Amino acid sequence: MPETADLNQLAEMFSKIPHCREMGINITALEAGRTSMRLDYHERLAGNPETGVVHGGVISTLLDTVAGLTAMSAVSATTPVATLDLRIDYLKPARPGDAIYADADCFRLSRSVAFVRATAHHGDNADPIAHCIATFMLNAAGFTSGGQGTG
Amino acid sequence: MLKDIQRLKEQGDYASISELIPYTRVLGLQCAVEDDAMVTRLRHQDSNIGNYQLGVLHGGTVAALMEHAAIFQLLFELDIKTIPRIINISVDFLRPCRAMDTQASAVLVKQGQRIANVRVQAWQNDPAKLVATAHAHFLLS
Repeated sequence: MPETADLNQLAEMFSKIPHCREMGINITALEAGRTSMRLDYHERLAGNPETGVVHGGVISTLLDTVAGLTAMSAVSATTPVATLDLRIDYLKPARPGDAIYADADCFRLSRSVAFVRATAHHGDNADPIAHCIATFMLNAAGFTSGGQGTG
Repeated sequence: MLKDIQRLKEQGDYASISELIPYTRVLGLQCAVEDDAMVTRLRHQDSNIGNYQLGVLHGGTVAALMEHAAIFQLLFELDIKTIPRIINISVDFLRPCRAMDTQASAVLVKQGQRIANVRVQAWQNDPAKLVATAHAHFLLS
């Protein structure tokens, strides 16, 4: 299991990811194999200009981010992690104006693959907007420069 | 807004429909009809980077490209007047997406009464080397 220092290192690395800064994604909880994040609503994230509902890509990005960081937190902050696949069910439209929260947990970790599930919601994860299953390859070829990140 | 979409669709101006969507400007998503086919591009911008040490795109931006390409294939191919609502999407990431433009094309596999099934593929500088594939379902009514 990672040491506390690893999680600090991971949070530090996360804070520098350009696209997460662009989207305003922040960590609200981080432990080994379990992560929570928050994304504030902004009109520029709308996918439907009429209703103001965020683009599905915003939810995908939040879920990929929270799932990827969860995979890394389950191994170590220095293990390169690559997304193999990401499947998202959009259960209901997000409410325009409301912050979106996401929680993820790594429910199986093998030597090569981390299996993660995540939900997006408006504050009550029993009432989700979207559900996600993602798998991540650990120490992926092409990601071998010692780098990190949810690429 | 609905009228705008209808008018632009009649004119075949899908690029302008895409520009009506605020999020496309955040990401640099563009749509165009080229050789009678819908082409969706994710223009490179540094704010789309997900791994700054390796200089690869955030997986979420690629997932957004896949979804956007699927939506615009449906708008292009079907007689629909609103933006279709996504039910689910499954994205396979095949190669790291480098810091450059990414392109996607979609195929409508099946159109039912209410549901459409769409497949998408994406590449960067070499169309033979796919960086991602996806399949998705949309609600049409």
